[in-house]
Amino acid sequence: MTDLFLNGKFIGTTEEPKELVREVREGRREGKFPHDFNIRYNEEEENIRINTDSGRVRRPLVRVEDGEPLLTEDHIEDIEDGEIRWSDLIEEGVIEWIDASEEEDLLVASKEEDITDKHTHVEIHPANILGINASLVPFPEYNRGDRVSYGAKMIGQTLGFYSANYPLRADTKSNILAYPQTPLVTTQTEEAVELEKHPAGQNVVVALLSYKGFNIEDALIVNKSSVERGFARSYFFRTYDAEKQRYSGGQEDEISIPDKDVRGYRSEEAYSHLSEDGIVPPEVGVESGSVIIGKTSPLRFMGTGEFVTGIQNRRETSVTVRHGEGGVADKVLLSETENGNKLVKVTVREQRIPELGDKFATRHGQKGVIGLMEPEENMPFTKDGVTPDIILNPHGIPSRQTVGQILEILAGKTGALEGTKIDGTAFSSEEEDSIRERLRDCGFRSDGKEVLYNGTTGEIMEAEIFQGVVYYEKLEHMVSNKIHARSRGPVTLLTKQPTEGRAKEGGLRLGEMEKDCFIGHGASMTLKERFSSDKVTLPICKKCGVVAIEDESKDETRCPMCKKSDEVEEVPMSYGFKLLLDELKSMTIYPKLDIGESV
Amino acid sequence: MNYEKKVNKLEGKLPERVKNRLIEKMEEEELKGQEADELIENTKKEYKRCRFEAGEAIGVIAAQSISEPATQMTMRTYHVAGSAQGVEITQGLPRLIEVVDARKTIKTPSMDVYLEEEYQNEEEARNVANEIRETKLVDIITEDRIDLLNLVVEFDIDKEALKGVNMDKEEAIGSLNKGRRKYEAELDGNVIKIVPKDDDVSVRDLQKIKNKVMDKHMKGIKGISQAVVTETQGMWTIQTLGTNLKKVLKVEGVNPKKTVSSDPREMEKVFGIEACRNTVLKEGHKTIKDQGLDVDIRHMMLVADTMTVDGELKAIGRYGIAGEKGSVLARASFEVTVRHLTDAAIEGEVDDLNSTVENVIINQTVPVGTGMYDVVYKPERSE
Repeated sequence: MTDLFLNGKFIGTTEEPKELVREVREGRREGKFPHDFNIRYNEEEENIRINTDSGRVRRPLVRVEDGEPLLTEDHIEDIEDGEIRWSDLIEEGVIEWIDASEEEDLLVASKEEDITDKHTHVEIHPANILGINASLVPFPEYNRGDRVSYGAKMIGQTLGFYSANYPLRADTKSNILAYPQTPLVTTQTEEAVELEKHPAGQNVVVALLSYKGFNIEDALIVNKSSVERGFARSYFFRTYDAEKQRYSGGQEDEISIPDKDVRGYRSEEAYSHLSEDGIVPPEVGVESGSVIIGKTSPLRFMGTGEFVTGIQNRRETSVTVRHGEGGVADKVLLSETENGNKLVKVTVREQRIPELGDKFATRHGQKGVIGLMEPEENMPFTKDGVTPDIILNPHGIPSRQTVGQILEILAGKTGALEGTKIDGTAFSSEEEDSIRERLRDCGFRSDGKEVLYNGTTGEIMEAEIFQGVVYYEKLEHMVSNKIHARSRGPVTLLTKQPTEGRAKEGGLRLGEMEKDCFIGHGASMTLKERFSSDKVTLPICKKCGVVAIEDESKDETRCPMCKKSDEVEEVPMSYGFKLLLDELKSMTIYPKLDIGESV
Repeated sequence: MNYEKKVNKLEGKLPERVKNRLIEKMEEEELKGQEADELIENTKKEYKRCRFEAGEAIGVIAAQSISEPATQMTMRTYHVAGSAQGVEITQGLPRLIEVVDARKTIKTPSMDVYLEEEYQNEEEARNVANEIRETKLVDIITEDRIDLLNLVVEFDIDKEALKGVNMDKEEAIGSLNKGRRKYEAELDGNVIKIVPKDDDVSVRDLQKIKNKVMDKHMKGIKGISQAVVTETQGMWTIQTLGTNLKKVLKVEGVNPKKTVSSDPREMEKVFGIEACRNTVLKEGHKTIKDQGLDVDIRHMMLVADTMTVDGELKAIGRYGIAGEKGSVLARASFEVTVRHLTDAAIEGEVDDLNSTVENVIINQTVPVGTGMYDVVYKPERSE
């Protein structure tokens, strides 16, 4: 007896499971059941599972019957003529949508040539086993598997032309590549997802060479002149917003240039960017910390007693440009929230020119950061005067076995010379021999190597250098997003210790284990100094061992317990410890400080 | 001897082992008076140089020296399959944690049983091993069944196995009929019959009896499931899985001076705290070494010593030495803050700020290294 489950729920049993599964499948092909009706017979667990719910990953497969695929030449001709469509093929039962569990029952051939009598389905194209991102990698079958995975992951981090209406959009964060190009070495998926309409990278000339040693450990040497011509230049957009909120008692925020009497008023200079309405006009340059939306709010803790209004009782709540960012106000958007409050959105645009430490990658998981920006006159050159845009380190190749990248460089070079795109789709790409032949026909060596001249001395290089064109992606990890240093800076209110995190200009924590290292070295003084960020000197009553009060009106420092001021001593300690003492006191524990003779 | 006299003057300045080696060497080289004095002087100097200096943070250094390689152990938790002929003993990080935590019951306790002079051959060693290894009824039967007609449980004896543990059938019956029981064991040819004393038994009762009898202790020492005989450099020893040191030491042929258990707590109970300290040291060092890591034994010595100074074995951690630190602040900063603070408040504890953590908290110099000493200058008052 076999149990029957529909979307995980038990619905009955059957004595003839195989017959039932067959009937259901046939019914689906005939159109009795919807095409998203997937069924699987698990012989070991003695159950049949039918799934019709959403969220399953399904993919189309061509049906095979008696060793022959049902998709015939006639079908393909009809599609080309526009007589039938995709949905007709599914209705006809030629192509089926299969989910992960139903696939377990099937035997799928990856190529038409592989089909035997046992096969039930065949892939539409062998590259269909890859997801969208992975199928954008050219020549993936020549790479080691993990490299394709890394490459696919990094495709998701590239800067490009994500949307054509970006000037109208108000995304919180977005990047636009300045001069995007479609890759010279393409895949069929690229066409299918219309990637040429929103490309995400640039074709550049690379040389595999360890020039000057600035490209060790996966670093890249970049031609500075290429950067000046616009290579990998991008724009970063950030949208700030402010809402004119209403509070109880008829009070509300005000979006305007704040009055001088407002609490927390910055300075006249700080509001100089704003126009009369309190918002920066477009194309005005701003820097980190400058006010872009002037706003004031009523005080937070309005007592129930006296009801004071007026400008003096408002506080400054302006929106400022984030620390470490800046640029130009790009656009201003005025709207309303669903509560009917006034909403202001200001987008700030910042140009990002590649700099030392910015991250780049090819589509083969070969990532690296810029290690040196070398002027063109110092870059190596060929007899035709071609200089590479990027110099890659050859040591990154053998251990990672990204043969696909070598092929892409070769194919890219051929494509650039011929003015054609070259197909790099998995399992059906252009043959290596044909690429080499075409490269030779263009007057180059078929192995892609060239004689290069030293850019600084003009000497001919002893070895021929492998040089070609490859598609490079600029990744969203840029130093300007991450650079962080601090000497003095903001502290938290409660503990007077430095704040945490880059966004708050925080300090870098010297943690437990780092502390142990100082102790291990016996460096007590250094340790004390490093932990003295919240150092304070407090008056302590020697008799009672509590912190004394500094009474300015009587000009004395007196102990709150014995009310005397003759035995008060100045003691240095950390503010954190003082806080601990206070908290203990609040818990009715009396921590008495026993301070000895001062030396 | 003359040398001994000289060296013994150094009482308290050199450890016993160094002194013995010194004497040995001097006798070997037959050193004359001045030469001998020079050697002693140099040894003293070298020994002094090898000791850590006052103010050196040896605790932190020991902790770092052990825990850094220990993190590497986590990353490659490979274990040797089927080592030492089937005796598989906890190794690597789990074992190290076990030792340092001073666990009450350890996962795979084991013993190294050494033999007396006369028993140093394979046959005698095997006999002793059979004497030690616990044999249950299950180990010496081939089949078990319940006779439903006569309401009797029957076992077929495995003759080979019986011979393997030096027993005969009568002995087996004798062992079965020991102690309080609800049945009577009888021998019927090659079959052991278990006849319940109660006439009115159900099949379920029989099943219960069967399971109980199968687990019956026949021979050997309880708790020792395996005993493997090994030979290293002509020395026959027995490695066991499971311990019962007290009983094993009484077995004839066992050398009670050398036989040890891998359980520090058992060693403490049987031999005392010094043996316990040595077990912690040996086991800790061995586990690190077996993983192919090299940690100086003196770091482990410090750990073993701190764990046993008080005369009883204490764990490193919340319930052991860390929980017994002298300073309130140090304890409060390490786990369960509130309990330590309230307890200290109730007892009116005083924190003398003698150690590191508490001084870090109030931002004073830590009494370690350069913070150990102060230059004090008190000008005389001119009156």
